[in-house]
Amino acid sequence: MRLNGAEIIVKLLERQGIATIAGIPGGANLPLYNALYKSPIRHILARHEQGAGFIAHGMARSTGRPAVCFATSGPGATNLITAIADARLDSVPLIAITGQVPTSMLGTDAFQEVDIYNMTIPITKHNFLVRSAAELLSVIPEAFEIALSGRPGPVLIDVPKDVQTQEIDVYGWPEIGERLPSPPIDTDAIARAAAMINEAKRPVLYAGGGVMNSASHAVLREIADKNSIPVALTLMGLGCFPPDNPLYLGMLGMHASPYTNLLLDEADLLIAVGARFDDRAVGRVQEFCPEAAIVHIDIDRAELDKIRKAHISMACDAGEALSALLPLVRIDERREWRSRLALLREEHPFPAPRDGSQHPLSIIAGIAAAAPEDAIITTDVGQHQMWVAQGYPFTRPRTLLTSGGLGTMGFGLPAAIGAALANPGRRVVCVSGDGSIQMNIQELATLADLGLPVTVIVLNNGQLGLVRQQQELFYGGNYIASRFETRLDFAAIAREFGISGKSIRTGEPMAAGLARAFADGGPCVVDIGVETEPNVYPIVPPGAANRDMIGGETYGKRCN
Amino acid sequence: MENVVIELKVRNHPGVMSHVTGLFSRRAFNLEGIICRRVGDGSTSRMLLLVHDNQRLEQVVRQLENLRDVISVSCTRGGEGPFSSIQ
Repeated sequence: MRLNGAEIIVKLLERQGIATIAGIPGGANLPLYNALYKSPIRHILARHEQGAGFIAHGMARSTGRPAVCFATSGPGATNLITAIADARLDSVPLIAITGQVPTSMLGTDAFQEVDIYNMTIPITKHNFLVRSAAELLSVIPEAFEIALSGRPGPVLIDVPKDVQTQEIDVYGWPEIGERLPSPPIDTDAIARAAAMINEAKRPVLYAGGGVMNSASHAVLREIADKNSIPVALTLMGLGCFPPDNPLYLGMLGMHASPYTNLLLDEADLLIAVGARFDDRAVGRVQEFCPEAAIVHIDIDRAELDKIRKAHISMACDAGEALSALLPLVRIDERREWRSRLALLREEHPFPAPRDGSQHPLSIIAGIAAAAPEDAIITTDVGQHQMWVAQGYPFTRPRTLLTSGGLGTMGFGLPAAIGAALANPGRRVVCVSGDGSIQMNIQELATLADLGLPVTVIVLNNGQLGLVRQQQELFYGGNYIASRFETRLDFAAIAREFGISGKSIRTGEPMAAGLARAFADGGPCVVDIGVETEPNVYPIVPPGAANRDMIGGETYGKRCN
Repeated sequence: MENVVIELKVRNHPGVMSHVTGLFSRRAFNLEGIICRRVGDGSTSRMLLLVHDNQRLEQVVRQLENLRDVISVSCTRGGEGPFSSIQ
């Protein structure tokens, strides 16, 4: 069979089970698009390559399966960089395929040439600059294997135009690239960890995205229930533990409930599972769980002992380790520790706003009440993101898609489009702010093209709210560059894009407004005016210990 | 500070040096010397890296092991190995 490089790429992607690709064509990847013309793969034309990258994020994050995005050389490729870096930090299996100037012109500063290979070395798990069409037969499956194996992550494949058009004889197809088996568990370390758990008086589980990636939320709950171990989740782990379980501590760290951080302070054993001791989670690291011995389970050996030296560390799949621990952990009611948790929760509760207030947390609660239980929530980055993390009762993994490590404003809308593409029949809600939504607002056109069931909720305060909050708390109220001169009406903007737009102004009944928005089957943008003043509380100042939380007691009082 | 020579066996292609050195610069870990050349049939290279030991060395070695093109990593403590002949 005589095929060119572009046709080989598309055929190999079909064989990998890729059904949808987001991207934008340009001079250097037109052969690839020409091959796509004859393929059953559906192409989603984004309006900016970063949008295409985050549409792929939405597909990958909501399913755990790899997703592909295309961009041309030069600016097309550099526009993907933020989405690739985001995938690296949040361990998302993203495959980015970029066009490149022809091999003969590499290094000549040709039109739309950038060295995307070198530029993406620090933000990919691995990357390739393909030198011949024949190489593609090994590179494409290898890229999938890398993206999926161990700790997932992004892979970039840069394909010069002449490689895309080079014809070769293909006599057979390679095996598809799949996740390699995880490294074997260390049964000796498991036994020692189980003994430590059984002997501990005040253990706490600290679980992150690794639990989601290994789909081990069920066994996490079994261990916690069996041995009465309170569970704190990272932002990436939300959804991996039932919020109505009395052992649930919610998210830990910078915006945790007071009792959560205070209980962690008293722990004598911390079992970190698929989590990496991120600074937003642990605060000042020397003072994080100061009395605790540490068991650290992570599939990436480079994460072990990186921030905090563990007493027992295991480089293995979180689910396999938890499953091996489960039978060795004894049944224990831990009456004393449970009652300590209950007391701290009563004395230092999450400072929830009054019912029916206009506080953004009440809006989040309203969204949760109006949205179907299997809805997928995406967020942008800022105050609204933390309010969602604090207030939305996520009951299953992969229902919160958020830019955790990189904190990319503009993530929410394209990620919601991707999630809706990959999960037909499910409602997707993008909770955003007026600052974030403007960073990829052009993707409303993509959403209009597709008519997907995406509800975009914009909490509109005319500010970069989290910046304003930091200026208030840590920069003496010197507000600079955190307020927008021009207030936008996102409902009107949505209508111009051909999408239903609704506004809920301050003082209007929230529940009825949200119900109207969700009654709409197709895409809808809801602009909700919110006050400037509410801050995200509690907050641990950057660099402080997690026990030193500011505020929260005034929730509900400011917005009467 | 004690010298450590890190010896890598790597897949030989144009990008491998960037992958290895990029890892050091990104993690702000100083490289005191590099020697690299292809070996055998040219499909692999041997790379020697001279570094000063510190508490982050283990972390860097683990990151090196994570690189796709790195086949093996070993460390020799004390002395400069072949670097002592380069002045």
